[in-house]
Amino acid sequence: MYILTLLAKRLVISAFLLLAVSALIFAGTEVLPGDVAQSILGQSATPEALANLRRDMGLNEPALARYFSWLGGIAQGDLGTALTNGSDIADAIGKRLYNTVFLASVAAVVAVPLAIGLGLLAVRFKNLWPDKLISGTTLALISLPEFFIGYLMIYFVAVKLGWFPSVATVYESMTFTERLSAVALPAATLTFVVLAHMMRMTRATILNVMQSAYIETAELKGLSAFRVIAKHALPNAIAPIVNVVMLNLAYLVVGVVVVEVIFVYPGMGQYLVDHVSKRDVPVVQACGLIFAAFYIGLNMVADIVAIVANPRIRHPR
Amino acid sequence: MFRNIPLSAIVGLVLTSLFLLAAIFAPWIAPHGLGETVGSVWEPSSAQYWLGTDNLGRDLLSRMIYGARTTIFIALMATALSFSLGTLLGLTAAVVGGWFDLLMSRFVDLLMSIPTLIFALVVLSVLPGNLVTLILVMGILDSTRVYRLARAVAVDINVMEYVEAARLRGEGRVWIVFREILPNALTPLIAELGLRFIFQVLFLSALSFLGLGIQPPDADWGGMVKENKDGIIFGIPAALIPAGAIALLAISVNLIADWILNRTTDLKGGRSGQ
Amino acid sequence: MVNSDTVLLDVRHLQLSAMAYPPDAKPHKITIVDDVSFTLEKGQVLGLIGESGAGKSTIGLAAMAYGRGGVHISSGEVLLNGVDISDASRKELRRIRGLQVCYVSQSAAAGFNPAHRLIDQVVESTVLNRIASRKDAQARAIALFDTLGLPNPETIGNRYPHQVSGGQLQRVMTAMALCSEPDLIVFDEPTTALDVTTQIDVLAAIKRAIKKTGVAALYISHDLAVVAQVSDKIMVLRNGKTVEFDETRSIIEAPKEQYTRELVNVRGIEHEQKVPSDNPLLTIDGISAAYPGTDIHVLKHVSMQLSAGQTLAIVGESGSGKSTLARVITGLLPPKSGTINFDNQQLPPYLKKRSREELQQLQMIYQMADVAMNPRHTVGTIIGRPLTYYFKLRGKARRDRVAELLDSIEMGTGFTDRYPAELSGGQKQRVCIARALAAKPRLIICDEVTSALDPLVADGILKLLLDLQARENVAYLFITHDLATVKAIADSIAIMHQGKVVRYGTKSDVLKPPFDDYTELLLSSVPQMQAGWLDEAIARQ
Repeated sequence: MYILTLLAKRLVISAFLLLAVSALIFAGTEVLPGDVAQSILGQSATPEALANLRRDMGLNEPALARYFSWLGGIAQGDLGTALTNGSDIADAIGKRLYNTVFLASVAAVVAVPLAIGLGLLAVRFKNLWPDKLISGTTLALISLPEFFIGYLMIYFVAVKLGWFPSVATVYESMTFTERLSAVALPAATLTFVVLAHMMRMTRATILNVMQSAYIETAELKGLSAFRVIAKHALPNAIAPIVNVVMLNLAYLVVGVVVVEVIFVYPGMGQYLVDHVSKRDVPVVQACGLIFAAFYIGLNMVADIVAIVANPRIRHPR
Repeated sequence: MFRNIPLSAIVGLVLTSLFLLAAIFAPWIAPHGLGETVGSVWEPSSAQYWLGTDNLGRDLLSRMIYGARTTIFIALMATALSFSLGTLLGLTAAVVGGWFDLLMSRFVDLLMSIPTLIFALVVLSVLPGNLVTLILVMGILDSTRVYRLARAVAVDINVMEYVEAARLRGEGRVWIVFREILPNALTPLIAELGLRFIFQVLFLSALSFLGLGIQPPDADWGGMVKENKDGIIFGIPAALIPAGAIALLAISVNLIADWILNRTTDLKGGRSGQ
Repeated sequence: MVNSDTVLLDVRHLQLSAMAYPPDAKPHKITIVDDVSFTLEKGQVLGLIGESGAGKSTIGLAAMAYGRGGVHISSGEVLLNGVDISDASRKELRRIRGLQVCYVSQSAAAGFNPAHRLIDQVVESTVLNRIASRKDAQARAIALFDTLGLPNPETIGNRYPHQVSGGQLQRVMTAMALCSEPDLIVFDEPTTALDVTTQIDVLAAIKRAIKKTGVAALYISHDLAVVAQVSDKIMVLRNGKTVEFDETRSIIEAPKEQYTRELVNVRGIEHEQKVPSDNPLLTIDGISAAYPGTDIHVLKHVSMQLSAGQTLAIVGESGSGKSTLARVITGLLPPKSGTINFDNQQLPPYLKKRSREELQQLQMIYQMADVAMNPRHTVGTIIGRPLTYYFKLRGKARRDRVAELLDSIEMGTGFTDRYPAELSGGQKQRVCIARALAAKPRLIICDEVTSALDPLVADGILKLLLDLQARENVAYLFITHDLATVKAIADSIAIMHQGKVVRYGTKSDVLKPPFDDYTELLLSSVPQMQAGWLDEAIARQ
């Protein structure tokens, strides 16, 4: 089957991409002029101390050998140990990964339907005041840095109004609703961050489809506005809209890093940033790879939906 | 071409000019020195200190003005780097084609499959934290986007019959790139220039906010947010001022870029007024 | 007064307007159609004819109370079965569009939704409006497919649009329009995008279906010969106004207005056929070529010759390989085998290997003048660049020569500083001709240079090309799908089909019977400017 071949091909490409990305991340921390041992111990370190550390870290091995042993470890779920405190990275990431995914999911669940809804609304009232209002607001919104939105939230909603906590503390014994309440502000911030982009792109995508000749045909057949949209526009708009959503979810994964720092939320982003400033390379490599894997995965889903939704591929000549 | 500038674009132009003037003439405008402690910690705004003082009792207005200089300078340098690198490689790839195009494009795909901020964090974890490194990392990582745009635009133009006509005439590559392709690629690229600058401002601010950009006592706006963020939970809004300035600068440039983009679609004869 | 029982559509003093939003001026109202009146009786076909910008499609859509890009009825009435539809409510409009008036567009390939099977789209409004059950509607559609001469009428509906050819899609769209048994169908250039041998089949199918169902139609086209075959009456339009409105026979045989006369006599250009010389300028010998990187041969052992100062027309439909031949001659696509001799010298197959003199002697003019000129260059730069490049002309010498060239294409020096976007379609093509002439070539390849132009403008271009040939002794390799153009200007003709030359010789020899099968089909498919040609042609085939 033609379509299965295409899907298999896409999966293989993603796997290769992930492998190449792992090499790039490893190379990014190895080949560049900074020496890990040097950056841990600082400029004042004695040569003996440096040599000892290099031996302990296996830095005397050739880079290629270290890359493959690192990769082999990852394949077995072993992400190595942190330089700073010697703890197991996989253990530390486990809980944090869950927290990050929880936060991002809450934001996505709110942002995706809201963005598509607003996009549809803007298309429905194209060039009228609702469209202009939505488009103008989003133009301003895409220019705002995450921390501006975040601290505005903290300042007004948490400090002045006292509705939600300013610091998003979560712990394991929390109930689901307590957790929701704790991540309310960071999730809202993330929603704002991706909403504008997603809405603008949805609007452009649907407008593009609505300008097709077959939509005019449908209108000239006397179909109702609802049927034109649901039956004729939507099947052709699904793939591009999914693409927009996936692109923005990938963007959301990145936005998480800054938002977690703002709200002191114990997730992957916070963990990564902490260890970047401590120059803890194994942790940075592991976190970078996980973030990149999410990113590649989301892009893959978008492509797969596009393949499955294309009638030319589903029904070859 | 300057007839009928929409109000939004005028607002954008005026605000952007103000920011630029502040950045250029910072030492002459700022009432106090950059690192000069003038009062106590987090004083509210007063006739003496218009924006109050910061977490170390320095005049916030003066630091904002110097911050404008640092932020805009670094963002401009990084934009210039990413833009010239991306445009040059993108146009070359489109015109030369073949293995060069293939190699470049696949490498860019690879770079772009890692989120920019994440890759910057990875690289900055081992690189020395100085200005040049920062500009290089920001510029090179972002040039991937410019490359894609420049290449896409140039590939579209390259297959146009007027380029083919020039080839049939016997014109060399220089004429084709600079006289046939570049004039037609310029407008979308200039609009993109604005968007890339905004991205660099936001990118730099994020890095500094995370403590990986400009190191104290020098400060860009992102760094100033970091310095003053602890005041927020006590109801001291000092951190909101640099954060708001970043937003305002980004919005202003966006308004200009939006106007340029709309003008291009009008020129293309896009069906207006539906 | 017209008889209200038999009148289906009554258009009175129709004015259609839209708002224009120029980027550098205030929005203002523009009138697209003004003071157009006609009546259409039940079962009649009215042809609307005119050049681009005449407002014919806009009028056709107004009969469905539909306007593209904000076009609306600004005054006048459109009465359908005695009811004014210009102020109908949304709900009434939906019944009018689904049930009373249906539409067949120029490009069915774009007009069908790629996501649904054809049959579902064909029966959609019939089923939704409860005119027939789904089963009955499908049976009706299959009967219509049969009437329209579609292959496998039982199953073709199960296909998706991309699985069916262009000519077939156009017929399926006609079936879709007929399915709900409307009173009126608006045909908007339904055969314009098709090859001439496909056009005749679709045209015949449409005519048969109209006769069989008794539906009335508005038939819109820029081609008077086509319209004359299907219409009872014809309205000639120009710049949104009526020029002439009469019975088809009167329009064709006794046009009253000057403009109509010009349209009827279009392609009336004649020129005396020249005799090929023994020492040809261009000799193409056994050329075979394939698309880059493939083994699909689009040219199979093609040979022909062209003498200096003469015109060789290469005729063929899409896929015949005629444009590929142009790419081979220009060096853009090196052939797999065969040689090209120019002026007794063999031309290098690769463009990059050709000398500046070789390039200068061989110039090219394209179909779409729009994209053949750099939009950021002025007319002066476009024409002047070859002068600098080939002859090192600069400053005043170059300016003078540009002025001379503008003069020779019947445009003044006032155009020197204009940009292509400020020119009309005909003017653009003239500038492209001047650019080719600037190189003082001995051969110009003309690739469908008149196909994108309105008939009268195209005639002007052909006349200009003939004048220039007489004056400059330049040879033309004239690639076209249009046999009427060929008759007007060719000295020799090569007819191509599926990558091969099927017939080749002087014009008089090629157009003289006996014909081979393909040439016969091609010649008999070209619409003639006479009523009743289609019926005769169908009978002959």
